[in-house]
Amino acid sequence: MPVIEVDGLSKTYRVYQKPEGLLASLRGLVRREYRLVEAVRGIRLAVEAGEFVAFLGPNGAGKTTTLKLLSGIITPTAGTARVLGHIPWKREDAYRRRFALVMGQKNQLWWDLPAAESFRLHQHIYRIDPQQFRRTCSQLAEMLDVAHLLQQPVRELSLGERMKMELIAALLHSPEVLFLDEPTIGLDVVAQHRIQSFLRHYQASHGVTILLTSHYMKDVAALCKRVVIIAQGSIIYDGSLSGIIDRFSGQKIISLQMANGQAFDQLDRFGEVLSVEPPRAKLRIRRSDVTQTLARLLSAHAVVDVTVEDPPLEEVIAEVFSHPEEHWGRKVGEAPDLMEDRG
Amino acid sequence: MPLRWRLATWWTLLQISIEERLVYRADFALGTLMRFLPIVTQIFLWSAVYSAVSDSHDGQIVGYTYHNMVAYYLLTMVSRAFSSMPGLASGIARDIRDGSIKKYLVQPIDMLGFLLVYRIAHKLVYYAVAAGPLALVFFLCRGFFDGWPDSTTLAAYALSLVLAFLLGFFLEATIGMIGFWFLEVTSLLFVYMLVSFFFSGHMFPIDMLPGIWGTLVRAIPLHYLAYFPAAIFLGKVQGSALVWGLVIQAAWVVLFCILSRVSFWLGTRRYSGYGG
Repeated sequence: MPVIEVDGLSKTYRVYQKPEGLLASLRGLVRREYRLVEAVRGIRLAVEAGEFVAFLGPNGAGKTTTLKLLSGIITPTAGTARVLGHIPWKREDAYRRRFALVMGQKNQLWWDLPAAESFRLHQHIYRIDPQQFRRTCSQLAEMLDVAHLLQQPVRELSLGERMKMELIAALLHSPEVLFLDEPTIGLDVVAQHRIQSFLRHYQASHGVTILLTSHYMKDVAALCKRVVIIAQGSIIYDGSLSGIIDRFSGQKIISLQMANGQAFDQLDRFGEVLSVEPPRAKLRIRRSDVTQTLARLLSAHAVVDVTVEDPPLEEVIAEVFSHPEEHWGRKVGEAPDLMEDRG
Repeated sequence: MPLRWRLATWWTLLQISIEERLVYRADFALGTLMRFLPIVTQIFLWSAVYSAVSDSHDGQIVGYTYHNMVAYYLLTMVSRAFSSMPGLASGIARDIRDGSIKKYLVQPIDMLGFLLVYRIAHKLVYYAVAAGPLALVFFLCRGFFDGWPDSTTLAAYALSLVLAFLLGFFLEATIGMIGFWFLEVTSLLFVYMLVSFFFSGHMFPIDMLPGIWGTLVRAIPLHYLAYFPAAIFLGKVQGSALVWGLVIQAAWVVLFCILSRVSFWLGTRRYSGYGG
């Protein structure tokens, strides 16, 4: 049975349209115009215990709204969701003791006090057995290499150190479900890597179910087998990371190495020329044309070496994000075969 | 079992809140001591007012002598030390606007209980810092008082101070919850503070107000924040009036406790989870 079950979940916000100009602002005092923004539209999703799922999507796509709905911060306009058998927005303590939410841009620790004090309060709030608390706390602090910083006021920690403390605070009560909203935002590469490897290790050893939103493709590639792409409030893809390329990219990249003295000026007959650095060149061609184009290329030019690759993942995803409407028809539910992509 | 955990949570929260308040102890102590400065100016002000009217009114203004007035003023200072809640309403509204309120929604804690314990810690530290200077002020001004009231009056006075604290807390918390509907409550708070300053009796004893104004002020709860405890200490409210006064003060506490909870519940239902 899935740990997270979401069906037809929608959230519509009423946003005040602030007109430009003083006169219009004054008019706004009397008559206000509102616009309805559908942040999430009829999402359907099922996540099994122990899955590590990434939510991808451009800013404002509805990722964070979905996490807010699942953690009970906001109430949906329509639809149902159950996490660990609970309806999140009822905010029952029994549910709140079983999950945790970490937001990369929000600080939940006491700013002026050492993190250890916030942890001590968490021990009582989450009713953690004192022995287990001490054990978990020192284990997590050691894994994240922050044991020596526990007694230092949070305001004196670096962003990376603070994020690690936030993670410890969130994991002290051993949540069964963990929501991570941009946990590595603003961190340097070393800190990002450290948190990635911690999450991977923690998830593998504790079997916790994790939903992650991140803009860093490296986070996603390192951690998640399953990727859900949300755009304009709807899920447009649910499957493996590599499946995204098969699904959304109708193109291949051909890298050529020419024999000495070969001309490069005729290459645009075969496809879009991406780069020319003699004796190498790169072309982008339609995937369906690969065999035919290669045959033509090889007969027209003296080619020493050739490789055919998928376009970079970031590029494909950026393309999906910038034209999500082109992928509407591929919505999950309307195209059941998508589910087979799941790795 | 759950009660034991809850008590342990509150106790730890109280300790941690006190620790936090002590972080900026120099600033806190200075701020506390600065509150004593207006005493001197107020005493001079009333002295000037009374010397101007002394000939025509038997040295009294609406039943208050100069000594009564200074004693009253000093006692309202004590009342306000219990009932004023600096930063409570604006803090709640800010948490709503910038999204920090999520913490209370995600964790298995009760926001109002959390803020109440935090406020108690705040007050305890404040009293610890202010107790010495306050005792000194009262000692120096002992001539303005007609001795200590009897033990029953003192007990009623202590009870009214505790109720004034709770009323101040739930009243301001309710105002802070308005932040769910109007994101900016600064102006509203300013109006509240202005009205409260006059009608709580902090500026002058509200029984000085004539006719309809006096009735109106007694009908709203603000005078329980400053005037009422001071009036008990001065022996102006006695017998059944005292009992009824305390009952009504407690009823206002219950009403605002319910109002703040209902508005929190309604507010979170329409909350949009601002701030990322």
